[in-house]
Amino acid sequence: MPKAKVTFEDIGVTVTVPAGTRLIEVSEKVGASITYGCREGECCTCLTKIISGGENLASPSVLEDQVLKDNMAPRGHRLACQAQILGGEIVVKPA
Amino acid sequence: MPVAGLTDGAVEIAPGVHWVGALDPHLRSFDIILKTANGTSYNSYVVRGENGVAVIDTVKENFADTFFARLESVARYDEITTIVLNHLEPDHSGALPELLKRAPRAKVYLSSRAQMMLKALLKPSGEKPPEYIPVTTDDEVDLGGRTLRFLHTPYLHWPDTQCTYLVEDGILFSGDIFGCHFCDARLFNDTVGDFRFSFEYYYAHIMRPFREHVLDAVALIEPLELSTIAPAHGPILRHQPRDYVHRYRELATPRLFNEARSEKTLVVFYISAYGNTRRMAEALAAGAESIGGVRVSLYDLEGGESGIFTDLIEEADALAFGSPTINGDAVKPVWDVLSSLTTVNVKGKLGAAFGSYGWSGEAVRLIEDRLRGLKLRVPVEGLRIKLVPDSDELAACCQLGEQLARHLTGRVEHRDIDMAELA
Repeated sequence: MPKAKVTFEDIGVTVTVPAGTRLIEVSEKVGASITYGCREGECCTCLTKIISGGENLASPSVLEDQVLKDNMAPRGHRLACQAQILGGEIVVKPA
Repeated sequence: MPVAGLTDGAVEIAPGVHWVGALDPHLRSFDIILKTANGTSYNSYVVRGENGVAVIDTVKENFADTFFARLESVARYDEITTIVLNHLEPDHSGALPELLKRAPRAKVYLSSRAQMMLKALLKPSGEKPPEYIPVTTDDEVDLGGRTLRFLHTPYLHWPDTQCTYLVEDGILFSGDIFGCHFCDARLFNDTVGDFRFSFEYYYAHIMRPFREHVLDAVALIEPLELSTIAPAHGPILRHQPRDYVHRYRELATPRLFNEARSEKTLVVFYISAYGNTRRMAEALAAGAESIGGVRVSLYDLEGGESGIFTDLIEEADALAFGSPTINGDAVKPVWDVLSSLTTVNVKGKLGAAFGSYGWSGEAVRLIEDRLRGLKLRVPVEGLRIKLVPDSDELAACCQLGEQLARHLTGRVEHRDIDMAELA
């Protein structure tokens, strides 16, 4: 299975994950500072800054796009409960 | 509580500024979580300028008739140019859909985070949302000789909240901040009964979890000339309004000087039937203490009450909970504490769990899940030890404390791990 590497900059941990994993699945287990509310892409609690490797995440859904826009999220930010890792290397930290 | 004596008309709070709210004297609990021993009020206000009329907030839906009757006593619907929504919770927006129908000229001013809430609120009516304008601090609306200026004060107590300041009159329409559930037809703080308990009770249950945001809001409000604070619930504060701002600053500030403020703080809570979980707690505490820069406190849950522990938790940077497993669960005193944290902000604190067990040991994982649910970080996997911890197992507890302390002080070396290694 293709793998990817996600680095949680706030806690200094790089995790090798199977492609297709969502950020939420790994960030909680590793104890990163990203916090979650609804876990369904509505509340924007888990807004996360993608420091690098944004192209290695699946494009945001229409819902995620709308929530990011409504909450005036800066460019390069994603909802960790929605963002799916495709491969390569990604570095993230809480917004 | 005096309700009699209030007519169906509006009540003037300044020339051209009226209260058009509603009293709800028989309400006995609010939003399930608050007791309301003498009810509450839903305060709405009307401001008249030379070029238009503004309505600031509305009332709970089943009080809409009273609200509209009072509103009609001071303004025609075709005069209403402005509707300000300081907070979209249904007790303040219940009459909004109908108001929008009756006052079609009005533009709606609200915070940016309120936009989605407005759409959700109007969904059942099938109405197209009105023209609305998201505003933030220092944005203004000119009513003609009267200026409404907005203050961005989010999380008091929802993400959408804001305050609105009537510049020329020094009146702050504050939304829920500085409000309380207290119902008295005499309306003003210098004429109503003793509402001080209600004021502080309201802070403790509604605002306390957001105390950092309270301090940000107070910093925005303190420089304002204030003749009156007109909150969305409870008495209108026209006598010494600044005292209430000052009191909010006090309430949002830790009570005692924190001797450990230059260090990170870890509170270890435990409860133990046979002393095994206690020994784990002591080893964990000793391990954390051995890492410089962390002040550790150890508390037996059997010797205290949830309220006191809530105060401790609010001030702590990290929390560790130790519980034995009894009948497949953590024990009740642990859940009592973990279910009483809605009144404080624990988001982002570090958490850990540990415990001795006889057969199955579910408590640790259940506590970890709860900590994550409360938005704590759980950076180190908890420790379950079967019955009596031996010296190696106590050393592991010590190590758990050390690891937690390293996370707390930002002294964790970069690690590369595989997801399969994670619990």
